[in-house]
Order: sequence, then C-alpha cells, then structure tokens
Amino acid sequence: MNDKKIIYLGLIIFAVIFTFPFWYNQLKASPAPEPILSQTAKDAKTCVEPKEFMKTGHMQLLNTWRDKVVREGMRQYKSTNGKDYNISLSSGEESCMGCHGSKADFCDKCHNYASVTPYCWDCHIEPKENK
Amino acid sequence: MEKSSRRSFFKVAGISLLGISGAAPVLNSFAESQVSHTVEGSYVKNESTLQAKRWGMIINTKELSEDNVPSIIEACHKAHNVPNIDNKKHEVKWIWEEEFKHAFPTVNHDFLNERVENLKFLVFCNHCNNPPCVRACPTKATFKRDDGIVLMDFHRCIGCRFCMAACPYGSRSFNFENPRPFIEETNPLFPTRMKGVVEKCNFCAERLAVGKIPACVEAANGAIVFGDLNDPESEIRQVLKENYTIRRKPALGTGPSVYYIV
Repeated sequence: MNDKKIIYLGLIIFAVIFTFPFWYNQLKASPAPEPILSQTAKDAKTCVEPKEFMKTGHMQLLNTWRDKVVREGMRQYKSTNGKDYNISLSSGEESCMGCHGSKADFCDKCHNYASVTPYCWDCHIEPKENK
Repeated sequence: MEKSSRRSFFKVAGISLLGISGAAPVLNSFAESQVSHTVEGSYVKNESTLQAKRWGMIINTKELSEDNVPSIIEACHKAHNVPNIDNKKHEVKWIWEEEFKHAFPTVNHDFLNERVENLKFLVFCNHCNNPPCVRACPTKATFKRDDGIVLMDFHRCIGCRFCMAACPYGSRSFNFENPRPFIEETNPLFPTRMKGVVEKCNFCAERLAVGKIPACVEAANGAIVFGDLNDPESEIRQVLKENYTIRRKPALGTGPSVYYIV
C-alpha cells in the first residue's frame, strides 16, 4: 500500500480536470449579448408575444408557425396582445426579418453565444444587408 | 479501512458541500429556463386567399408556341428559385417541355397528326386526386391539401426519394447538390431548397394564399386556364365542357387535375 500518495494525487488531478469547466466559467463568465433591435422593431415597441416568452420560446413559436403555414395554409397570427401578424420568416416587410432586418445583429448575436446553429438560412433567404 | 466515525462523516459532508456550491450556477440556469413555453394566439387564413374544393388546370396547346412557352417556364422557375443546373443527372425542374409520345405514351400511335407530333407539351405536377407520391412518403412530407394541391413540406423531407419512384409522371426533382449557386437571381419571397430535398410544382400555393393566380397562368395570357374543378359554374368547367381534353396516363387511376386541349 505504498502507492497511496500517488493514487490520491491522481484522484485530485482528475477531480480538478473534470470540474474545470465549472469553476473556470464561474470565474470568467462572459456576459450574455444583447441583440440589437432594428429601427422598425424599436418603433413597433412591442414583440409578437411578451418579450420574456420570445427570449426563451421563439423557436417553439416559429416551429408552430411553419407547420401552420405549410401544412394548413394559415398565414395570419392573432397574438395574445390582439394584433395580427403575417406569418413569414423572410418574405416582405410584414415578416420576422422584415421587422428584425439584420440577421447578424439580431439572430446571430445570441445563437453564436449559445453555440446554436439553426438551419433556417440554408433555404430561407436572409435580408439583403447581410450579403 | 476507516470506521464510521464523526471524522469520516465530516469528510463526506465537506466534499458534498463543495459539490453543491460548484453546481449552483448550473442549477440556477436550469431554474431560470422554467418559463412558460406556451402562448395562446390563434391562426387564420388571409382574407384574400383563393379557395377551391379541387384546383385544376387546362393547358390549351393550340395557344402554346415557341414565343410563350419559354416565358411561362421562366416565370415559374424565377418565382420559386428553381436552380438552372446543366448536368442532366442533377437537373431540377418544376415545369418543362415534353414531346407528345413521352407525355401521352398510351395515346400515341403510328400516324399522328403532324402538328401534335411536333408539339412541345408543357408538363408539370398533375396534383392528382389519388396521388401515389403521398402514399409512398414515409414522413408525410408530401401531402394532399383539402383544396386538392399536392404539396411538399421541405422541412420534413428526408430525401429518401420514394415519392420520385412512385410518381408516374417524373414530376419530382431531387437536389443532389446545394442549389443556391445555380440560381442566378434569388427571389426573396420564396425559399430555396437544400441538398437532399425533393421538390416539385406546388400550384403556387404561396401565391394563392395572398390572392394571386399561379405564375405560369399569369405568364400564359389565357393559354392556361386555372380554377375549381369541383365547381360546375367555374370557368375551367365551362372550358372542359366545350373542348375535348386528355389527361396524362389516366389508366393508372391517379386522377390528374391537369387537362390538355390537343
């Protein structure tokens, strides 16, 4: 049992390496980015649904929207705030990207931070200013 | 081995505490994400949406010529970002020209009228009443709408190409490569497709939804009639009543919604 020291040392090294991401990030967490709103979005003052929901649930909403449009042909969304919205990701002014004109400033800010890469833009055409 | 004692209890308790304090930020972030993920909005169709029980088309081949056929094809392909790929094996097409003997192999015979024999027919998806592609699709990516349009949900296509094998008209194309570089001028009102997705004519479902007639009908200046086949009063039914029309491969029982005046 003369290897006790080595075993403990090994265990400690393992524990440090294993927990490294946790304490490393706690010391040096980079702040969450704020998406930049376009002027159109600022003027509208209100989001499609409450801001808190849109922050966490926009993907669920978009997922429902795409099924409603493609499969049922429903292209108008009556929001809980009483307004009507045209359901479209990128076609025309009355669409998601019509209001949030810049993919780089709006979508990518958070998606890059969270390392999320949705494949919307493989098919949908992003607003012109990003090209 | 150590016996169970106050000393060993404190050791374990201390280590556990460390663990908990280290995990706190993680647990917190989980707690934060527990916001409601459901909202109660409602969905409706646009007021201007064109509606029908069963959409159909009549191609009046007497009015097709070398002047208007290319512009009809171009109108469709431009509206839907259809790539222009030279490689025959990778080609994508929604609407194209076909000879009589290929479009109507069962009607073709030895001593055909010269005009018909040399005519280029416009062919595309027939939006069948009993579409074999819909039955073949394992993911329900292709489906028949209540208004008779056989539509593709590009989001859902896994690229198995069963539908292509099932379609007796060869109306479907597969994207063997990323189509974006092959589109000269993208139309921002319609998405492109990606590699590994099947595509075809959609009777301009996206235009009908905003009250416009299909792009090819608009470009054809009367050579193509579009309307509701189930409505006896509609223009399309009047034209069918007055003209002799044929459909492609009717014996297969797919019930094409596209008619041809020869």
